[in-house]
Amino acid sequence: MADPEIKSYEPHHESRSAAVTESRPVRITLTTVTLVFLGIFLLLPLIIVFKEAFAKGVGAYFQSLGDADTRSAIRLTLLVAAISVPLNLVFGLSAAWAIAKFEFKGKAFLTTLIDLPFSVSPVISGLVYVLLFGAQGLLGEWLKAHGIQILFAVPGIVLATVFVTFPFVARELIPLMQEQGNGDEEAALSLGASGWQAFWYVTLPNVKWGLLYGVLLCNARAMGEFGAVSVVSGHIRGLTNTMPLHVEILYNEYNAVGAFAVASLLAGLALVTLVLKTLLEMRYGAEIAATRGH
Amino acid sequence: MEVRVVNVRKEFERFPALHDVSLDIKSGELIALLGPSGSGKTTLLRLIAGLERPTKGAIFFGEEDASQKSIQERNVGFVFQHYALFRHMTVADNIGFGLKVRHGAARPSSQEIRRRALELLDLVQLSGLEKRYPAQLSGGQRQRVALARAMAIEPKVLLLDEPFGALDAQVRRELRRWLREIHDRTGHTTVFVTHDQEEALELADRVVVMSQGRIEQVGTADDIYDTPNSPFVYSFIGESSSLPVKVENGEVWIADRPIGLEAPHAPPGEAVLYFRPHDVDLLDGCSGCIAGTVAASRRVAGTRRVELEIGGERQRVEIELPVDHPAAQKSRVAFRPRRWKLFPKA
Repeated sequence: MADPEIKSYEPHHESRSAAVTESRPVRITLTTVTLVFLGIFLLLPLIIVFKEAFAKGVGAYFQSLGDADTRSAIRLTLLVAAISVPLNLVFGLSAAWAIAKFEFKGKAFLTTLIDLPFSVSPVISGLVYVLLFGAQGLLGEWLKAHGIQILFAVPGIVLATVFVTFPFVARELIPLMQEQGNGDEEAALSLGASGWQAFWYVTLPNVKWGLLYGVLLCNARAMGEFGAVSVVSGHIRGLTNTMPLHVEILYNEYNAVGAFAVASLLAGLALVTLVLKTLLEMRYGAEIAATRGH
Repeated sequence: MEVRVVNVRKEFERFPALHDVSLDIKSGELIALLGPSGSGKTTLLRLIAGLERPTKGAIFFGEEDASQKSIQERNVGFVFQHYALFRHMTVADNIGFGLKVRHGAARPSSQEIRRRALELLDLVQLSGLEKRYPAQLSGGQRQRVALARAMAIEPKVLLLDEPFGALDAQVRRELRRWLREIHDRTGHTTVFVTHDQEEALELADRVVVMSQGRIEQVGTADDIYDTPNSPFVYSFIGESSSLPVKVENGEVWIADRPIGLEAPHAPPGEAVLYFRPHDVDLLDGCSGCIAGTVAASRRVAGTRRVELEIGGERQRVEIELPVDHPAAQKSRVAFRPRRWKLFPKA
């Protein structure tokens, strides 16, 4: 509500002036280039994934999904996502809250730090954990002495996934919360709400759509992460293989149907995420615009 | 509720925003904090609310020291400059929020909350809009909802930060009158911040003029306008003209001529003369007057504003004449301020 006199910032579709409209051939060329690009690099691979998965029929598809190692990979992926997404939800919320609502020293540094997983190669992220928790690593001796297994086990996979996916929620929320400022919270407090009530009744509803986007993206990445997880997992079949790792193993064993069947699940997840996001935008478009805008 | 601000100092990162400010607000009073931006008026309001803590000094609500209390405990109604309505709640839920977040026995039933919300909506003349969302209201309507929400908690003090700042001139004037009515009906002790002197003078029982973190003057509209106690207040409130003068033998001199103003109590030496451009007597002959050459003449609404050059130093000064006054056509005009004040040279 920066300026209540301005009712909305709807883009002026109809009133776009001739000055900024390109001529017809230019428009057609631009559109064609975009569509061809999307077709070759996005749509075609997606079609091939499903085509290969069903190359030997529906029966073979479901048979390969029913394989014990495959089922275990799916279970592990779900488990990892179920742990890392809530963790990053809480972390993202608190980081965004701290950055958007408070002034403190080193704030710019913290903001940059949150982006680190985006700028570092996932393989490096994985290696860091090997250096930290590996047998020759910094904490390796101590962990071994206490019988704690992190590397080549579920904890390591979860840690690597959390690391790689932690910017998603925070990145989505920080600009949103910064734009909204402290006014609503101050109003809630002045009306007698406790800090917790202000958060629950005012802050959270104000950012709920951004939060949901962040969680969807975070989840998609958590299930799909390959590089970092590959380094720390150890690729133990039926134990530390996640779906993306399992796809690679199956593919290297020339089990194309198996590999693409699992890949189709991951692709399906991506599609579901997209559809969900679009549905949310359609259903709550006005409300989302209202919480983001004015 | 009587509010006393006692020797309050507020620093932001060592930068002082308020220096040793004291102010007594009477119970039931409607008081305006008026000043240019950066004068500390909003800081003072936020200190009273408890949104900020004073660096030094105390704030009393009645006999109680409120300075160490949190904003929740102070029970003040605060109306924010941009209203800060909860955008995902309906108008009724916005107004009822302060009651809903109460604990235990203090929390009314949901029917009671709704009844109170509708009652307040009626008070602010917005009946029928309870199901709307803030985004569906005009600026003036949002302002009223914000006020109703603040009043729902039966506050001890009502604090408004630039309540009409974001509205256009027409709505501003309407809401101003309406706020006065509401105040007279409910009798809340009310403090509002504004940079608009017309608003402050018209609406408030008393006006607190602030500048650079200090209170310059506190008084009624008449006090502030007719007897400003500092050059700042003189020039900030209304139109004013000033001229460097000299005091000698209990008389005011410009260059080597007395101008017919007696100042028996003023200390001799250099001073600055302040007067209102419209509050002057035009004179024909000139023995004991201020005379100047007309440098420019502008028509401003119902009057004509004439700029005069005075004396060898070519000091410029403005006076106001009736539109059809013959003096406006002349090249020299002589006048004497009717009401005026001397301040020591800065």
